[in-house]
Amino acid sequence: MPTPVASIQNVTKVFNPGKPNRVVALEDIHLEIQAGEFISLIGPSGCGKSTLLRLIGDLTSPSTGAILINGKSAQQARLDRDYGMVFQAATLYEWRNVLQNIELPLEIMKYPKEERIARAEKMLRLVELEKFGKLFPWQLSGGMQQRVSIARALAFEPKLLLMDEPFGALDEMTRERMQMEVQRIWRETGITIVFVTHGIPEAVFLSTRVVLLSPRPGRIAEVIPVDLPKERTDETREDPRFFEIANHLREKLREIERTQRN
Amino acid sequence: MSNSAKTAEKSFFARNAPLFRRFLVSFILLIGLMVVWEGLKWFAGDPWRPDNNPFKIAHQPFWRVKYFSDLNLPHLWDIFGAFADESRRNGPPLIQTLAVASVYTFREAFSGFVLGGLLGFVLGALFAHLTLLERGCMPYVVASQTVPILAIAPMIIIWLGQDWGSVAVISAYLTFFPVTVSTLRGLRSPNPVAVELMRSYASTTWETLWKLRFPAALPYILTALKVSATASVVGAIIGELPSGIREGLGGAILNFNSYYATKPSRLWAAIIVSALLGILFFLAVSLIEYWVLKNRHRVIESR
Ligand SMILES: Nc1ncnc2c1ncn2[C@@H]1O[C@H](COP(=O)(O)OP(=O)(O)O)[C@@H](O)[C@H]1O
Ligand SMILES: [Mg+2]
Repeated sequence: MPTPVASIQNVTKVFNPGKPNRVVALEDIHLEIQAGEFISLIGPSGCGKSTLLRLIGDLTSPSTGAILINGKSAQQARLDRDYGMVFQAATLYEWRNVLQNIELPLEIMKYPKEERIARAEKMLRLVELEKFGKLFPWQLSGGMQQRVSIARALAFEPKLLLMDEPFGALDEMTRERMQMEVQRIWRETGITIVFVTHGIPEAVFLSTRVVLLSPRPGRIAEVIPVDLPKERTDETREDPRFFEIANHLREKLREIERTQRN
Repeated sequence: MSNSAKTAEKSFFARNAPLFRRFLVSFILLIGLMVVWEGLKWFAGDPWRPDNNPFKIAHQPFWRVKYFSDLNLPHLWDIFGAFADESRRNGPPLIQTLAVASVYTFREAFSGFVLGGLLGFVLGALFAHLTLLERGCMPYVVASQTVPILAIAPMIIIWLGQDWGSVAVISAYLTFFPVTVSTLRGLRSPNPVAVELMRSYASTTWETLWKLRFPAALPYILTALKVSATASVVGAIIGELPSGIREGLGGAILNFNSYYATKPSRLWAAIIVSALLGILFFLAVSLIEYWVLKNRHRVIESR
């Protein structure tokens, strides 16, 4: 078996240890992610989805356990620029136009100017915004801004794309279009994606595996492989298998919420 | 997008309509102020004689209030007329004297502004990155601003000598504080997600400062610089008083002050020129602010 892109071994994350407001956000998390996978993290809010993603991306560190990214520590992976990140808010810099925003990581990573421009333009084509490069963020719709932020995350060809509810703030129509877009980008680039969501259809439609988390403390309740054809289309949403998996997830989620309330 | 994108394509005048409207309002207010001024003199000033007003009107005000006498509140035409009079016997017209003095004072003010701006920025940037330093130093920085400048100015003159450089330092003393406070605030203004984004790129502190924190702080810093621009002129004028420097506006004010009983309009003329100098400096910084921030939504929205 090849080295997994991400190997999460017995990870626990405790916030404010030893204080009255101590929170066990994650407990005993074990997960291996292989190259080219599309993993969705789903679960009730507060169950530690963002925390798990942030642990993988070395934005915070585990209390116990280990995280290996391509066989390295998460910190080393971050220093090697292995991560692309997309957050719920596009977080574009208002003083940079669209192209300059996409160039931002390339500037920091000291790419030569010509290559920066070439890459930024290529990324803009990838997210189908080639006509909008000179506009400023405020001139774009929310969906377009999020596409720019995806382009920015992919510009330096990271090995792992981490997305935290990237479409949470978008309307239903835009969201479905964005799902198709991410699907296409994932297939075209072969990148590994970890995707936090609380949309069940979204998780099933996009993923090769869905990781269901239960809260307090956050644990992996179930890992559900999605055995749908790799290329997802509008027909996928009508596939009986799609409904089957979605219904299974829905039931599991209800179960978790029920045990939580009791 | 279309709506907002079109805003950027409109003509210069259409785009700046709010700006022109603002100038119009200022102008109307100025006219109103002048009307009120002369109105007070009409109703409660000294008698109007045909030889002391350009309209050759004789008029006896209904009341006499001493605050509105010709000594305390000269007629506007006397003040504007004073610009054309000789500033001293057989000397150049007052307007020329004041223009020369303005240039002199502006040199001090501008140097103080640059000095204070840089010092303010460096302090703010240090404080933003070193919380302990901020906690330790901020009380002293605040204290420095509560000491009256009139107490500090003579000391600075004694330490640094009697020339315009000392006055610039006094002016800097008045200007650095708003810049420090705003820089600190501005450098800390980016939202945590934006900072995490930089962390995910393994960006150095230095790069995060220049590519994220500084651009995010610019609106704050530029607002502070507008305050500092006017403060620097005040600082320069005040700095000239104990320094014995007589070439600037402070010197002129001191000089005309002592002749106020005989020629009040000259002091008023000097005051108007000082105010104009401050306003022009403020407008220049505002123009730079507009140019620097013109692509940002927030600015276009709030203008
Ligand atoms: N920085 C933090 N400090 C303290 N508690 C935190 C912090 N971040 C998250 N938590 C807590 O950890 C738990 C999981 O949070 P999070 O990962 O954001 O959940 P999710 O993304 O699934 O909604 C929550 O109970 C939250 O309150
Ligand atoms: Mg979350």
